[in-house]
Amino acid sequence: MITPEVYTSLGLSEEEYNKIVNILKREPTITELTMFSVEWSEHCGYPRSRKLLGLLPKTGKYRSLIGEDAGGIVLDDLAIVFKMESHNHPSQVEPKQGAATGVGGIIRDIFVSGARPIALLDSLRFGTLSNAYNRYLLRGVVDGIQFYGNCLGVPTVGGEIYFDDSYNGNCLVNVMSIGVAKANKLVRGIATGPGNSIIYVGASTGRDGIGGCSVLASQEFKEGEEKRPTVQIGDPFTEKCLIEATLEAIDTGYIIGIKDMGAAGLTCTTSEMASAGNSGMEVELQLVPRKEQDMQPWEVMMSESQERMLVCVQKGKEEEVSRIFKKWDLHAVVIGKVTEDGMVRIKDKGQVVAEINAHSLTQAPLYDLEYKKPGYLEELNKLDINTIPEPKDYNLVLLELLSSPSLASKEWVYEQYDHMVQTNTIVLPGSDAAVLRLKGTNKAIAATTDCNSRYCFLNPYRGAQISVAEAARNLVCSGADPMGVTDCLNFGNPEKPDRYWQFKNCVEGIADACRFFNLPIVSGNVSFYNESPKGVINPTPTIGMVGIIDDTTRICSQYFKKEKDAIILLGTTKEELGASEYLKTIYGYIKGDAPALNLNEEMAVQASVLEAIRAGLVNSSHDCSEGGLAVALAECCISFKERMIGATIDNLPFEIRMDALLFGETQSRIIISCDRRYLGKIEEIAKRNGVLLRVIGETGGESLRILHGKSEIINLPLNDLNRHWRGALEKQISR
Amino acid sequence: MKFGVVVFPGSNCDQDCYYVVSNVLRQQVRYIWHKDTELGGVDCIILPGGFSYGDYLRTGAVARFSPVMKSIIDFAQKGGLVIGICNGFQILLEAGLLPGAMLRNTNLHFICKYVYIKTYNHKTPFTCLCKNGQVLKIPIAHNEGNYYIDNLSLEELKRNNQIVFRYCSSDAEVSADFNPNGSLDNIAGIVNKKGNVLGMMPHPERSAEKILYSEDGLNIFKSIIKWLDKK
Repeated sequence: MITPEVYTSLGLSEEEYNKIVNILKREPTITELTMFSVEWSEHCGYPRSRKLLGLLPKTGKYRSLIGEDAGGIVLDDLAIVFKMESHNHPSQVEPKQGAATGVGGIIRDIFVSGARPIALLDSLRFGTLSNAYNRYLLRGVVDGIQFYGNCLGVPTVGGEIYFDDSYNGNCLVNVMSIGVAKANKLVRGIATGPGNSIIYVGASTGRDGIGGCSVLASQEFKEGEEKRPTVQIGDPFTEKCLIEATLEAIDTGYIIGIKDMGAAGLTCTTSEMASAGNSGMEVELQLVPRKEQDMQPWEVMMSESQERMLVCVQKGKEEEVSRIFKKWDLHAVVIGKVTEDGMVRIKDKGQVVAEINAHSLTQAPLYDLEYKKPGYLEELNKLDINTIPEPKDYNLVLLELLSSPSLASKEWVYEQYDHMVQTNTIVLPGSDAAVLRLKGTNKAIAATTDCNSRYCFLNPYRGAQISVAEAARNLVCSGADPMGVTDCLNFGNPEKPDRYWQFKNCVEGIADACRFFNLPIVSGNVSFYNESPKGVINPTPTIGMVGIIDDTTRICSQYFKKEKDAIILLGTTKEELGASEYLKTIYGYIKGDAPALNLNEEMAVQASVLEAIRAGLVNSSHDCSEGGLAVALAECCISFKERMIGATIDNLPFEIRMDALLFGETQSRIIISCDRRYLGKIEEIAKRNGVLLRVIGETGGESLRILHGKSEIINLPLNDLNRHWRGALEKQISR
Repeated sequence: MKFGVVVFPGSNCDQDCYYVVSNVLRQQVRYIWHKDTELGGVDCIILPGGFSYGDYLRTGAVARFSPVMKSIIDFAQKGGLVIGICNGFQILLEAGLLPGAMLRNTNLHFICKYVYIKTYNHKTPFTCLCKNGQVLKIPIAHNEGNYYIDNLSLEELKRNNQIVFRYCSSDAEVSADFNPNGSLDNIAGIVNKKGNVLGMMPHPERSAEKILYSEDGLNIFKSIIKWLDKK
């Protein structure tokens, strides 16, 4: 007898329970009930987000591929496969293992498609570092990423880290991975062909991670709860062997489908592979390799033990495939077969413990949720900049901004990650985007993750559009043409109308911006319930974007390369201070509106810079983002440690307030530097694209100087800039 | 000549080493599976970086029991060239082919970055194309690169000119300021007494192409080829 206590403890509502009874025409077994609870959870079934996600474009200017576990872009005979996924709640509870298994999960999503993972990027959000638990979280998450990623031999080449009070009770760990496959070798996450075998491969199954997706990921944190047992434990060594064995096995051509046992483990793989292949599946649980004795059938079906996969193999080829896994000392056990009746049939010692139509498991109910603009926004969006005093000492302001942990150099973090293994990283971390060559071609890809959640908090629609625009801008700054997008949508409890309003507006913003840039969203992930008694997170729709560089000799990075180069600002600077890092760091205000965004202007600036880089005219290129023009210029001077180059800026448009000019975050601006003899050509390109171009100064010297006529607004030695910017994070972590 | 790159479960720089030998240097190269005992007539063995057996227990401690290691020890004792890079160096220490041990980096973190190393012995098969005192820009990526050896043995290393590389500044200054991991005497690489087995923490295969910020790692691979050519 299933009581309400049983199904509510699994995260199911009464309405959902009744639906299940209706589907089965009988009371579910406990195994069936747990299977529904995980497949219908927000984490797996997207019942609260699926409708809106339909707005996101799936096609664009390059040929896109949408698979079960990840998606990608086809480039000649190659497929670039990528996806981003969250591991927020596990990381908040147990940062090292939470982050490590986040890396493990996304990597499996990539290589089950047949693609070799070539890069990782991490988009991280924490509360402020003055709080000891947040420092523990940051250290633990970084430790988890290095522990897992370094061992796998997949370089961690980029990402972002931001700090904001809204993450005090709920950090965000979003991990993106990119893989490369021969396009004709891709494999899907399906099971087809009655009689074909179902093979379990990888590590053994234990009680770890039970309820990870339904109980941990699909609910808010509440006071005094102990959720550590729902976090999985990762073993990167097993995963490394699994990568090699899987790619070798896929190469045999005998594999019909393969799927990672991530969230919801065997439940998810059996039902989703059967459903995607329009088949049924029958498995015997006694054949599943175990870590522990006396596990109940529902525990085996719910376990989120790591480093396991389910493989559908041509009948008669089981031995050839198993041999490869066994060579790598991994389990490979035939546990069942594909059937034609569309049912997922789970047996334990021959007894049927669950028998459910595969589609009914994978088609979670859809909910229309209420949404409402939060009342506080109108007041917050009002900002009269006349009430903000202009600073007296601009040097101090610049140094303070450079040492704010969100803007400071992340070297302390990325030096702990192996970012060079596989020898493809041709722009090292610390520039606008990571660049990886594609061995055997003259091409490279660039990748970035972006989201300014303060913009999204103050204006979700525009903030989300800016995330897309900025990601594209970062790629363009490295010389790449944006190809495709993956998104990781982090929000609060969607059942609260103001949260759902944020979600709706962000999704619409992303959809509209992607359509404008003609970019497909090939994969993604939704993470709701990111809130705790300390509050709700800022809406954080993280955008991961990948671009293509046709010629590896025409790549660009953000730091100045030569003395006496002209420094050019492309784009118009508006008098905007709303939502800026300047207002937050110097005045403690999170106020105003997100910066304006005109997508046509954005496109024109990006087109100009890309054309100039491709023509070989540009020595450095850096986008103006958080901290504005002054911070961007400082980064151009100091981000290449081995050779810092100063600059004198003596031709800025001082028609607007000086602090807005230097620290405002007007969008669609890029700073480039070039040899003076190419100025004319670049001016011609900008003019043709209708972009405002202004030569604002020249590189050279040992300091950054910004002049207004004869008066010196900023004059700081490079060493001072460097000490503040490069040292800030380590200093604040180790206090 | 023919190179062999050993693949342990958990090796992750095997493919990078293979790529440099085959695609950059256009030499013959084959993978050697750790369960094999046949080396296939190779002239130089590369023990690549990575996390053999997950680095569980202690770095290199399990790998040295792999079946292939017995053949490699025989090969080395007969004078065959063996280069261990990063985890490969750690395995050579555990297998007793080189003296000393590795401790965790003094900052207790994994460190991945470009460093400079100074050549102290240019007469080995691995450095015969280098000048004495030549500075090479090569990246490191490790958790346990803090080389340790007792005092007496250190003196012996010095006496026999077994210290091949020390960490230094870009202009060849060797001091604690340029020691990334706390390694004793700034040691980045050593050879055995006979000079045919080299262990080094920096990754020459990561700096063997212009597009990767430095080609200095090529000096080591090309030295090996030249040495074998002369033989």
